[in-house]
Amino acid sequence: MNGAGIIKGMVETARNFAGSYYDPQRLTTVQYPEEKLPPVENARTIPFLVYDGDDAMAGLRCTACTICEKECPPQCIYIIKDTIKKADYVGKLQMQPKVFDIDISVCMSCGICAEVCPFDAIKMDQVFELSARDRFAALLLHKTQLAKPDDYFVKLHKTEASDINGRREENKRKTEAAAAAKAAAPKAPVAPGAAKEGLK
Amino acid sequence: MNGLDQVFVWLGHWLASWFPVPAQPLVLAVLAMAGIITVFGTCFALTTIVERKTLGRMQNRYGPNRVGPCGLLQPIADAVKMLIKEDIVPFSADKTLHYLAPLVLTVPIWLAFAVLPFGRNMSAVDLNAGILFFFAIGSASELAVFMAGWSSQNKYSLVGAMRAIAQMISYEVPLVLSTVPVLMLAGSLSLNDIVAAQGTFTYGGLARWNAFTPWGLAGLLLFLIAATAESNRSPFDLPEGESEIIAGYLTEYSGFKYALFFLGEYLGLFAVTGLAVTLFLGGWHAPFQWLEWAPSWFWFGVKFGALIFLFIWVRATLPRLRLDQLLNFSWRFLVPLSLINLLVAAVWWRTGAWKFAAEAPARWLLCAALIALPFHWLGRALRGPLPPPRKYTYAE
Repeated sequence: MNGAGIIKGMVETARNFAGSYYDPQRLTTVQYPEEKLPPVENARTIPFLVYDGDDAMAGLRCTACTICEKECPPQCIYIIKDTIKKADYVGKLQMQPKVFDIDISVCMSCGICAEVCPFDAIKMDQVFELSARDRFAALLLHKTQLAKPDDYFVKLHKTEASDINGRREENKRKTEAAAAAKAAAPKAPVAPGAAKEGLK
Repeated sequence: MNGLDQVFVWLGHWLASWFPVPAQPLVLAVLAMAGIITVFGTCFALTTIVERKTLGRMQNRYGPNRVGPCGLLQPIADAVKMLIKEDIVPFSADKTLHYLAPLVLTVPIWLAFAVLPFGRNMSAVDLNAGILFFFAIGSASELAVFMAGWSSQNKYSLVGAMRAIAQMISYEVPLVLSTVPVLMLAGSLSLNDIVAAQGTFTYGGLARWNAFTPWGLAGLLLFLIAATAESNRSPFDLPEGESEIIAGYLTEYSGFKYALFFLGEYLGLFAVTGLAVTLFLGGWHAPFQWLEWAPSWFWFGVKFGALIFLFIWVRATLPRLRLDQLLNFSWRFLVPLSLINLLVAAVWWRTGAWKFAAEAPARWLLCAALIALPFHWLGRALRGPLPPPRKYTYAE
């Protein structure tokens, strides 16, 4: 029958038109500034620095090893090491950054910094409303702006965070057990590598 | 009953009565034109927003909804934007023609409204060859389109204008031919007479609109298809197919001249829609006798709005045709079918004298078959043999 396809198409658009008033499947627009979609776990925008505890600067996991700075493809990370060391979560003294800047106008959101970090100190954020009036100073984020608590990381990347935090708990427990064993029997032979493993 | 019905007519005569008697016909004409410009200018603004919102809804999205409540002030924002845009004339353009083209497009289309009867006693001019005047005036838009394309000195403009000319001339033929049965059976070229011929009622108070006869229904569909092409609307919007030739003959226009073209295009659509209502849908008559109490201009407006919605609906549904498909569709399908429709109208007229039981359904079926069978065969011939089922070499 000539024109059957046209009628079929017209019926579909008519169903769209009527359905848009009651069926959310037929009106899929999310009105962005007022409504927002829930974030997706694997989404990533710019990096942020994870800290433990309440004090952001004291609890910063970063050890200023500069691996991320060297790996960053567009070279948007800038680190200066501090001369004062601080204890990390297992009590070992580590370096800390004096300056940790990320130029987010240069960052290309590849996430390589987060992949290479051996201390789980830099992770990818999901903020995206980053526009600013000043395109230089306002887009160069310092470590105080970059530092976000561990809870925030857990909220964004639940799966990854539970892995990492499980491993960290394990390490902490082992270190404490080793330290306790050492304190209890200082002369007992310690299994080679146990302490080292605990500090990893 | 006629209080509300004739309110505009009385208002016009009352306003005219303040002028000396010799000047009164002129004043009445100016008032009628002012009314038409006001109503259809507003209609244009409303249609742009309604069209965009409806298209949106049909494509699973909201239309414009940012300016004012529900986006209703969008036309005003658009108008302001159009007015304050820079008016660029290309360096090598033919300045005079480039300037004149939007005017040549818009002015005749306003004139075409003069003969349309918008309600009882509500046509600006009652010409005894109204429909002839309408088509004569309407074909001036082809000149304007070619002026625009030629004067812009731009290959896209020229290609768009050539396409527009080919399309408009091809579709002018079925557009006019599909109206001929109406003229034949009404026996007049005056639009008021044609409306009057559809003003009686039959079985159970159903109106005798032309669209309720087989030839009228076919004629209405042919007319609407040809009118869509005449007003360059999707799916016949090749002259300004933006994916192929930027904006066709509008490429070198900006600011208010562009707005005038846009206005002209919509006014052309309104004019042919008004003509379709007049010729096939009984003009300002109510569909049923018991609905005659509503004002005549209200019925005209309802039918007009319904047809405009149909045009928007078609635009939301159908993709653009290719140029050869477009021309084949006109010359090999619409033109023969509208000629056959003439014959069907003649048969309908002859069989009006039938006198036997169930003569009305028999007459209807005979005429419907006479138009439906050519429709089927011509469609088959146009389409050609079906292609073999598609074989996918690499996809699953």
